[in-house]
Amino acid sequence: MAVKPVKMRGKLAEGVAEIKALMPHPMETGTRRTEAGELIPAHFIQEVMCEHNGALVLRAEWGTSVSKNPYFAFKVAEAKAGDEVVIRWLDNLGETSEGRLTLK
Amino acid sequence: MNMNVSRRHVLRGLSLLIGVAALPRQLFARATGAFQAKEVDQVMQQLFGDLPVTLSDQVILKIPSIAENGAVVPVTVSSDVAGVEAIYIVIDANPNPLSATFELGATSPADVSTRVKMGQSSMVRGLVKTSDGVLMAQQEVKVTIGGCGG
Repeated sequence: MAVKPVKMRGKLAEGVAEIKALMPHPMETGTRRTEAGELIPAHFIQEVMCEHNGALVLRAEWGTSVSKNPYFAFKVAEAKAGDEVVIRWLDNLGETSEGRLTLK
Repeated sequence: MNMNVSRRHVLRGLSLLIGVAALPRQLFARATGAFQAKEVDQVMQQLFGDLPVTLSDQVILKIPSIAENGAVVPVTVSSDVAGVEAIYIVIDANPNPLSATFELGATSPADVSTRVKMGQSSMVRGLVKTSDGVLMAQQEVKVTIGGCGG
């Protein structure tokens, strides 16, 4: 399955940007079974990094209990129009993806 | 045996190379032990050691008290306390209670939202770590359809 980009939206108000992101990903726990009874291997986003103009402002670690196709919202301080926010994730199989947003 | 070892070394070398190329700014190691812990007490011990955890109304945990679908339970943890270093979401009755951690940069507002899976009704905790200690908000969440089967 092809890795999909992170979808992002941002809202700027009084120097704080509210970022909302969706990350298409199966987020398999590793405990579910197919109808044939075979265990479905774990496949989940482990780490999410958020950058504001190239500086790391938030780093999340997730377990398997974050929902499928994770939604993630956070705030960035000292933000202004034209700033770039990047979200990048890494999953337990070594796959990565990212999304970029220029604040308006 | 020897073959296994060298294969492991090669794999580790490869994964290091890939990791370094893809994540030039990775700063910290994953809190693996805390994520693997099966009991809340173990999670707290792994995350905070002997630091006291205090219930506080300065931590705002926003989560529905009745979740119709345990596969997608929206949760927000925020706090107005100064100097928040990290935020944690813990779901007591899940097989691995620690769901997510968020390390904040010095200027980052303490306000994160995501959606989590809940296998059954459970206490949910939002924790906030500052240089002074650990503050917590908690809420019982009733799940009508569990989120781990489908």
